[in-house]
Amino acid sequence: MMSAHAQTAGRMVDLAALPEGAEAAIVVDRFCKSYNGRRVVDELSFSVRRGEVFALLGPNGAGKTTTVETLEGYRRPDGGSVRVLGLDPIRDAARLKPLIGVMLQQDGLYPMLRPREVLRLFAGYYRQPQPIDQLLERVGIDPGTKTICRRLSGGQKRRLALALALVGNPQLLFLDEPTAGMDPQARLATWEIIRDLKAQGVTILLTTHLMDEAERLADRVAIIDHGRLIALDTPDRLTGVDSATVVRFVAPAGLDSRALAALPGVQRAEEVRPGSYLLETAPQSMPAVLADLTAWLRDRGITLTELRVGHGSLEELFLRLTGSEMRE
Amino acid sequence: MTTIANTGQSGRAQPQPAQAAPFLRQVGAQFKAELLLTSRRGENILVTLILPVILLVFFASLKIIPVSAGSVINFLLPGILALAIMASGMVHLGISTAYERYYGVLKRLGATPLPRSGLIAAKIVAVLLLEVLQVVLLVGIALLFYGWRPVGSPGLAILVLALGTITFAALGLAMAGSLRAETTLAVANGLYLLFLLIGGGILPLDHLPAPLAALAQYLPAAAFTQSLQAALTAGAPFPGAALLTLLVWMILILAVAIRTFRWE
Repeated sequence: MMSAHAQTAGRMVDLAALPEGAEAAIVVDRFCKSYNGRRVVDELSFSVRRGEVFALLGPNGAGKTTTVETLEGYRRPDGGSVRVLGLDPIRDAARLKPLIGVMLQQDGLYPMLRPREVLRLFAGYYRQPQPIDQLLERVGIDPGTKTICRRLSGGQKRRLALALALVGNPQLLFLDEPTAGMDPQARLATWEIIRDLKAQGVTILLTTHLMDEAERLADRVAIIDHGRLIALDTPDRLTGVDSATVVRFVAPAGLDSRALAALPGVQRAEEVRPGSYLLETAPQSMPAVLADLTAWLRDRGITLTELRVGHGSLEELFLRLTGSEMRE
Repeated sequence: MTTIANTGQSGRAQPQPAQAAPFLRQVGAQFKAELLLTSRRGENILVTLILPVILLVFFASLKIIPVSAGSVINFLLPGILALAIMASGMVHLGISTAYERYYGVLKRLGATPLPRSGLIAAKIVAVLLLEVLQVVLLVGIALLFYGWRPVGSPGLAILVLALGTITFAALGLAMAGSLRAETTLAVANGLYLLFLLIGGGILPLDHLPAPLAALAQYLPAAAFTQSLQAALTAGAPFPGAALLTLLVWMILILAVAIRTFRWE
């Protein structure tokens, strides 16, 4: 009886907090940015919910970093507007900075300081920072190391940069290509930290050009290219748009895509690169499509060099949406 | 009952929002890091402390300075002090800030609660501390080994030191905030050598070729040095022209630094 009462009371509190809790953590509204007359972000709109892990996915030069750095208060929009935690990143900078944690593409570490010294400095900017030795251990850096930052490996620098982003207990984290330069093990450890933070209710905006990173971490993924939003949805729904059934094969260039598309059950056929083909079909048609495809090739005396059947990954989705491979 | 439960629940559900440390504590943390950085870079110690001491000892001992009146040390000490201040502001502050910009440190600090004013305050206090160390060291050597005695106007000397500090620190920051790091390194060291040669701190200006001396007169180094020499010489006339020249340079360089400084 008592506990039920307390629970009800708790729910009432949640309801009372709703107006603030329901408000989006980030709102980007028709945001435009140009450099030297070249438009790098073009009428971009999206919003990030509180507590969400949101991935901006796109090739280099797609406008990811420009967008993130505008949200962090480094750049002023040429058009449209951005709001972060209900604040204007430039005008309300003093109120916003304590609430956010930032990992830029360039780590920005003092080359001559040791990891613990840099982290202690950053901890000094906040009223209630995290305990620095525990935080260093959490990101996998020995708190006692005498190595100065200049001599750390690329992956270690990245992990220290992550610790700097976390030391002030941010409500909102901006991670610009957080695992770039990390070895696979460090990457997994970083993903684990990001999942923990999400469990604690931290909102995370991350940019990446790694498809599997976006697929594994993000609640929602925005795909952008040439500064425009191309797709925005959950990873499952993005990859499931074509019922997750894609055939890719490699054969001589110049096969008749129209004839391939005319095979029974094939919804779409495309030569995405010379000699590299992609067919889309419904899951139930897949066995028949494979038989028909190989028969079609046999009739023309063509040999496959590679055949892959699988779910459409974000990578394939990107390829289809933008007509180009992801550039690393 | 409900109210009490409410308070308890909300207290647990919503932790204190993240807050910035008080301004002075942030500046204090930054100041400590600046000191650590200065001490860790050997070239800083060399150019700001060792080099001025070598210059003072070398020229005061050799007695090759063509001084027209008074003792060598009375002429030499203000000039070396001026060079030491230039080394702290222009060379040390300029080059280290240029590299912080190059490595993206300044940009990264821009995403923290530390205000720009806090960063600049910490850097200024660190440079001032270094200058106190320089003055104590150089004046101490002059007192102990060369029989120098304080004469002139200490108040004016401190004012001139302050103006010189602002001028050359601003010059260093102006370069750091607009030039590439390598360029700042080269230009700051080049200017230091130039100011050593034609700043009038070691070689009296009237021993330079007349056109060069006339030009040097209007440069900030000579203006700073001559003002300081006058302040530390008994019965010297007020260095109005030199002080005015220094003041004009200070305003000019500050304006350029503020207009051109880029954090990224």
